Amino acid sequence: MRKIKNVSTYVILSIVSLISVFPLYWMISAATNNSTDILGGRLIFGTNLMNNLTNLLEQQNVGRAFGNSLMFSTILSVLSLVVCSIAGYGFEIYHDRAKDRLMGILLLAMMVPFAATLIPLFKMFTDLNLQSTWIAYVLPTISTPFLIMLFRQSARSFPKDIIEAARIDGLSEIRIFATIFVPTMKSTYAAAMTVTFMNAWNNYLWPKVIMMSEKSQTMPMLVTNLSVGYSIDYGVLMLGVLICSLPTGILFLVLQKSFANGIVGAVKG
Amino acid sequence: MKTSRKGLTVNQKYNITGWTFLLPAAILIFAMNFYPMIQALILSFKSGIGNNLKFNGLYNYSRLLEDRVFWTSFKNTFLYLLIQVPIMLALAIFLALLLNKKDLKCKGLFRTAIFLPCCTALVSYSIIFKTLFSFDGYINTVLLNLGIISSRINWLGQEETAKIVIIIALIWRWTGYNMVFYLAGLQNIDDSLYEAAKIDGAGSVKTFFKITMPLLRPTILLTTIMSINGTLQLFDESVNLTGGGPANSTLTMSHYIYKVSFEYNPQFGYAAAMSYIIFILVAVLSFIQMKVGDKR
Repeated sequence: MRKIKNVSTYVILSIVSLISVFPLYWMISAATNNSTDILGGRLIFGTNLMNNLTNLLEQQNVGRAFGNSLMFSTILSVLSLVVCSIAGYGFEIYHDRAKDRLMGILLLAMMVPFAATLIPLFKMFTDLNLQSTWIAYVLPTISTPFLIMLFRQSARSFPKDIIEAARIDGLSEIRIFATIFVPTMKSTYAAAMTVTFMNAWNNYLWPKVIMMSEKSQTMPMLVTNLSVGYSIDYGVLMLGVLICSLPTGILFLVLQKSFANGIVGAVKG
Repeated sequence: MKTSRKGLTVNQKYNITGWTFLLPAAILIFAMNFYPMIQALILSFKSGIGNNLKFNGLYNYSRLLEDRVFWTSFKNTFLYLLIQVPIMLALAIFLALLLNKKDLKCKGLFRTAIFLPCCTALVSYSIIFKTLFSFDGYINTVLLNLGIISSRINWLGQEETAKIVIIIALIWRWTGYNMVFYLAGLQNIDDSLYEAAKIDGAGSVKTFFKITMPLLRPTILLTTIMSINGTLQLFDESVNLTGGGPANSTLTMSHYIYKVSFEYNPQFGYAAAMSYIIFILVAVLSFIQMKVGDKR
């Protein structure tokens, strides 16, 4: 009985894993084939990768879009981590009634759907003549209640004695944060970095609206351009999709372990 | 009480430090979330085209009631919410329970594989699914070769099947993400509880409903709120997988707002009124969730 149960666990997990991985495998294999083979149902890797790459680079300015996405997402993630972690720390370590109440208000922002702020934000940034700039890309999502909460939660499990000891040693408050809290919370930072960078990279609605000039085009925008038109070259399209998924995929695989640990700390409550 | 150089007590100093630490984040949330919300509310009482807006009372809201496309997008969004979110969350809990078994081998491999879909950009996976389910796409080819269907199905060209494809795609993309939260929640449950239950002779079903579910409640609450929030704001999939079609059968509310504001003659006031409906829905649903979830 126990054995059957064990076997079925492996069978179920294997099937789910296969379903999860298959579309991604298909995307990678399609990037190496030509359109006819892809539509014919070919699953093994082909020899058309370089050809697809040449065509892709001819049709679209991939370097610029990739560079833009990388730059915007990196700036956004770094600023977001700095601003939100220091706020989460501040809310927990120096907490009093007023700050707790403010936190409660900030959490309400979680309920604000982006569609509702989209038009006023669009007007705000175009009035300031900031459309198509990195500032417009990053500013609306630097500070998020989710991240502040994540860091407040992890600051809760941070031993307060260490702070007291550091104060007696004469360290300034900001140095206690930067030299003691930040290094011990590596896994929380890794989890936050993964989530923020993925969101920043995948961001589509806001850039579609505010990044109007061709020069500021991002990778997801470029990929959607490839997918519309009368004759779609699926090999080229899937190569574009693959390139667009690489940075977030690599980041996740590298930070995977700390990501899981960071979420464990956050869910603890 | 000790006093520092500037003549403040130590506690006052800490208090000021605390405020400076959290102020940048707070200001940004006020400027980028709450202030635009107020702007949107004012905007929703104005009508006109482009920047040529005049106050028009509740005109936008009464117009909404008669807008068939809006109600279609409303129904579509709720259909996704009612079907996709429960299936996805149940599946995520189930997978987390399987992966949480102590003696399971290749745990990391399974976990990575199931989480991997979350690494793909929303735009990317929408396009992958669009291609897989297209008329001459891979899914049709396989089903045809296996003899399951006799002729190719126009998945994205029919109202029902197009909705099903979106639901499948959403489940594929987000189950692993939610599973990670449940795995984390399960790891925080003390093993001794399970051992005690075992000694008391409780079966695995009973253990799940009496121990696991109640202790996972905060995590379930968190994932439910995140999923409801995400589903009510669906945009990328509607735009890139089905283009909202056929005949608006997969159009989501956010997609319609985008169309009204940026694709047709821009009607910002009307779009703002629609966005307020989404806001109220999110707020009410989150509130109900918190009330239900808080019951102990």
